[in-house]
Amino acid sequence: MSSASLPRPWLLLSLLALLLSAAAGASAQAPATVEPTRQQALLRMVRQDCGACHGMQLTGGLGPAITAQALAEGERSPELVFATIWYGRPGTPMPPWRGLLSEAEARWMSAQLLAGLPALNGGPR
Amino acid sequence: MKRRAFVSGAAASAVALPLLGGCAATPSIQPADPVGSGDLGLVVERASGSLAVVNTSRPAVLGRIEGLGDLSHASIVYARDGARGFVFGRDGALTRVNLLTRRIEARVQQAGNSIGGAISQDGTLVAAQNYQPGGVKVFDARTLALVADIPALDAQGKRSRVVGLADLPGRRFIYSLFDADAICIADLSDPQSPRVTRLDGIGRQPYDALLTPDGRHYIAGLFGEDGLALVDLWAERPQVQRVLGGYGRGQQPLPVYKMPHLRGWAVAGREAWLPAIGHHEVLVADTTSWAEVGRVAVAGQPVFVMAQPDGRRVWVNFALPDYHKVQVIDVPTRRVVHGFEPGRAVLHLEFTPRGEAVWISARDDNRVLVVDTASWRTLATLDVRSPSGIFFTARAARVGL
Repeated sequence: MSSASLPRPWLLLSLLALLLSAAAGASAQAPATVEPTRQQALLRMVRQDCGACHGMQLTGGLGPAITAQALAEGERSPELVFATIWYGRPGTPMPPWRGLLSEAEARWMSAQLLAGLPALNGGPR
Repeated sequence: MKRRAFVSGAAASAVALPLLGGCAATPSIQPADPVGSGDLGLVVERASGSLAVVNTSRPAVLGRIEGLGDLSHASIVYARDGARGFVFGRDGALTRVNLLTRRIEARVQQAGNSIGGAISQDGTLVAAQNYQPGGVKVFDARTLALVADIPALDAQGKRSRVVGLADLPGRRFIYSLFDADAICIADLSDPQSPRVTRLDGIGRQPYDALLTPDGRHYIAGLFGEDGLALVDLWAERPQVQRVLGGYGRGQQPLPVYKMPHLRGWAVAGREAWLPAIGHHEVLVADTTSWAEVGRVAVAGQPVFVMAQPDGRRVWVNFALPDYHKVQVIDVPTRRVVHGFEPGRAVLHLEFTPRGEAVWISARDDNRVLVVDTASWRTLATLDVRSPSGIFFTARAARVGL
């Protein structure tokens, strides 16, 4: 029932991400290179798997908070967020995710984080 | 025949009260037959902030307790009555729930970011280990009133995240400081003035720890180096000994997409079975000499390495991208004797109190599998929303859980 109605919100989201990353001066590749179904999987991955350390609400845990607000307060640029995902942070538990993501996916993910993920259970974005 | 009827009637009354009405043969007119808690448990529904109350004798979800906030990485310890659970939420909330009434009894927002907790040997104190602000807070188990606030500090006086908290005999708690490379023992025999013994220089970045079933050895896994930190708590002056140093020597460690968990019983017979961080291996150490006596190649990076209650086999799940698999290692022969794929994103496994079955949470399939540990058959599949940790009330009677 939901599969037919799903693409629309994701299309809007990716457009939003495109606008926002453009506004933030991102050198990101076009987020359009990430298929809508894959985008859904990536958003789930952020909540669930990144959430293992950063918290499902992204408010932090073993890893720091990575909500849009926290990233803005820390003045994290799109390039820095992407590089952190892609290369990891040596000396910390943050692993390089390039084994599991394409570069376009990592850039799309960083744009999503900076723009704020769709809210979950009314929690912080 | 007579005996049969009696047995089934007794089973029904032990499971759930409402069934009694249907037992015409039972002459009991007692309105509230006592119900035990020994075959109950809780499964964390991490995405919806709820707990599924389950029965382990007749695998079923009995009901839900809702409204617990952010339960990603939530963990639970039990009061000695086995009816009450203390839930440590990611968002720093500590909640006491009652499995029989399926209600929240008490709840405090005790920190900004928490990762787990422990209950004292005598059941009077509950301790929470916090990331933010880094430290341990101790509460009265009855009222959840704050009893002691023990900050965790590094050498510069900066707060450290706390991991690997466990209870020790005599109202003591032991824990590790991720950012300060230390192990602390807090003695709350006088709760008003806790005394903290600190062991420094234990190795870089302890990430989790376990207490052996006898309460004698505390073992902290190290993220920052190959090896583990061991403390013999029966020693007059407990000291840290480095064990299994350099287990990954000569091998390039793999990216660690999920930290292994040490808590849980990874001790089988005379051996401790431990995850090798950054490697597709389980390490085997002798618990007398603490020397490595073997290692077993497995299908991915281990997250939980759990011994069956009888210690005969060890079950292993994995970090992504291999977290759809589970493998079983035979302890005497140290061989993988079984492997299967219970579902997508297997996060946790828990044995029934005597080990005839294991419950396995498959987060992305929204289900919990109940698997027979002798035949490997799937006994039941339960609908549970985004399940993560599974906690059975038998933990109430065990030190270190």
